[in-house]
Amino acid sequence: MAAVQETVDRVKSVDVSEYKYGFFSDIESDKAPKGLNEDIVRFISSKKNEPDWLTQWRLGAYRRWLTMREPEWARVEYPKIDYQDLYYYSAPKTAAGPKSLDEVDPELLKVYAKLGIPLGEQEILAGVAPERRVAVDAVFDSVSVVTTFKEELGKAGVIFCPISEAVQTHPELVQKYLGSVVPTTDNYYATLNSAVYSDGSFVYIPPGVRCPMELSTYFRINEQNTGQFERTLIIADKGSYVSYLEGCTAPKRDENQLHAAVVELIALEDAEIKYSTVQNWYPGDSEGKGGIYNFVTKRGDCRGARSKISWTQVETGSSITWKYPSCILRGDESRGEFYSIAISNGRQQVDSGTKMIHLGKNTTSRVISKGIAAGRSQNTYRGLISSHRKATGARNFTNCDSLLVGNSCGAHTVPYIESHNPSTQFEHEATTSKISDDQLFYCMQRGLSAEEATALIVNGFVRDVLQQLPMEFAVEAQKLIAISLEGSVG
Amino acid sequence: MLEVKNLTVSVAGRTILDDFNLTVEDGEVAAIMGPNGTGKSTLSYVIAGRKDYTVESGSILLDGVELLGLEPDVRAARGIFLAFQYPLEIPGVATMTFLKAALNAQRKQRGESELTTPELMKRVKVAAEKLEIKPDMLKRALNVGFSGGEKKRMDILQMALLEPTFAILDETDSGLDIDALRIVAGGVNALRSPKRGFLIITHYQRLLDYIVPDTVHVMAQGRIVKTGGADLALELEKSGYRDYVGEQAAV
Repeated sequence: MAAVQETVDRVKSVDVSEYKYGFFSDIESDKAPKGLNEDIVRFISSKKNEPDWLTQWRLGAYRRWLTMREPEWARVEYPKIDYQDLYYYSAPKTAAGPKSLDEVDPELLKVYAKLGIPLGEQEILAGVAPERRVAVDAVFDSVSVVTTFKEELGKAGVIFCPISEAVQTHPELVQKYLGSVVPTTDNYYATLNSAVYSDGSFVYIPPGVRCPMELSTYFRINEQNTGQFERTLIIADKGSYVSYLEGCTAPKRDENQLHAAVVELIALEDAEIKYSTVQNWYPGDSEGKGGIYNFVTKRGDCRGARSKISWTQVETGSSITWKYPSCILRGDESRGEFYSIAISNGRQQVDSGTKMIHLGKNTTSRVISKGIAAGRSQNTYRGLISSHRKATGARNFTNCDSLLVGNSCGAHTVPYIESHNPSTQFEHEATTSKISDDQLFYCMQRGLSAEEATALIVNGFVRDVLQQLPMEFAVEAQKLIAISLEGSVG
Repeated sequence: MLEVKNLTVSVAGRTILDDFNLTVEDGEVAAIMGPNGTGKSTLSYVIAGRKDYTVESGSILLDGVELLGLEPDVRAARGIFLAFQYPLEIPGVATMTFLKAALNAQRKQRGESELTTPELMKRVKVAAEKLEIKPDMLKRALNVGFSGGEKKRMDILQMALLEPTFAILDETDSGLDIDALRIVAGGVNALRSPKRGFLIITHYQRLLDYIVPDTVHVMAQGRIVKTGGADLALELEKSGYRDYVGEQAAV
């Protein structure tokens, strides 16, 4: 324990900001040997008791991965990852399958309490309006440790459970939809994920059902030198609605950690999925040492007519962020939305954005991206808005704004607009601005400290996006924004 | 009471304020007039604590406490208010939100309890009515798309809410038509009190018809060169600055 405490103290002292989730929990874990080969893939699959079709699916992905090369086109720089120097499986020893709250290791429950994540169903039920409850799937390292409110959700016909459990209880659903939005061949990291994914959330909303409460998964990385490969699959059947929130934190460490998740969303006719992310992985210290590499593939398929998928993200952590939550607008009159606040400070690097692929008729999309760069960070928006030859009446509105705080950071915009149909109307607006000394002085002269003034100005800047978040999380996000900008002024 | 003692200030090596001395008593309304480039705005920025200036020597005392070395927000909480010549826009931040943040930040610094929203709204409503500011303007982002007159009235609204002990009005009349001028002057006059000092920086006599000063100072080449009563301003209106600045009149 002494050695751990020493490490924690040492790392704490060199941090850019008080990353309050940086604690490490000494929980015994079960690990596969380091490195990646077919045996490890089989090991992971057998640990989860997977049916043969899934084991073969993983192996197919692994073999494909061996033939692929790591992409290098993003505007990010990092030392080469040694893929053989990672553990691809780590699970807290006491978590051997789905549990009820009283069966969960109390040490684990303490972790989530410290993080402020509500796992107690009783506390929540008492005195809180029904619509305000949130069901939580808690994922510790690669394994789901508890999912709350399963019974009540079950009454509505909603399936919300770890994907490893869904493979056992609803294999036909998983087999039908897994890999249908992000195929195993899609890209280097998605392919790797398909081979070694650990766990994640599975959601199925039956036809016509409006999910009675918000669903959320809270990811906590604890073990060191592990890669984190979550896989999330959400299916909204005809006419259904679900709002889902994903939260992420990790302890401070000296080494970088790879997080390569895949999220697939499928919305059938008249269905709607609202997916919100508040990402606060450890960003690394002020010199850029340590921190999470967040290389994620997220994609939504608006498969049915009049379906709608909206992505809302607040990204403040990670040493490197590389992700483009996208929508394939297949169904006629379907709609995709992307609302993003991406903050970078210290030495963080962000290359993020979205893709809206208009395929069906009269499809619409909306992109509001707010990038805030501070410290010595680099923040890039990269977007692709495209309309297929047969996509008549495609409409898009994109607004990407960048705000620079201080003199040493960079904000970049790389918009791709491809229109292959003459009736397409795509609008793009972009601004780049700096928090001016005049604005800061004006606010300070009225009594706000430099930090309060920056937070106020930044909040004004990101207001359009904050309004899209479920209310409780908007408040959290505001606090998070203020914390991420600490130390960036003056 | 504000005392500026032997203040010398430079910018990029050039001296702007030269052994400058000024005292404004509680309850006094003092005006400073002078040609362009004499350092009037510099004086207001240095009192408020803006960082672009080098204070070579001297001191600024508010009720006997040294302000130099204190951050602008600390000076604000102690009672300094500067009504800007060009008030700034803060996009996305509703005026009401800004007012609440500023007032509570100052109260927190002074160890006072924060004002609740209903209490704040009451105070704002009263002050806004006097300044003929419509309620929906308070919901809009601060100063975004406001006319010059609206921005100035908004600044006076802030002054009314923040209740400073020493307020500097930097060329408040610039860009105002007669009606706006009347409203702004009315707002300032309503805030005159025995516990509050005002420093009004202006080029033109016109404002001083509405806000009648107790003292008028003429500033030239970085220092006060003449002090008189309200009629000094009328005299300047007639004969200009050349008698007080020699060959270096009106740059």
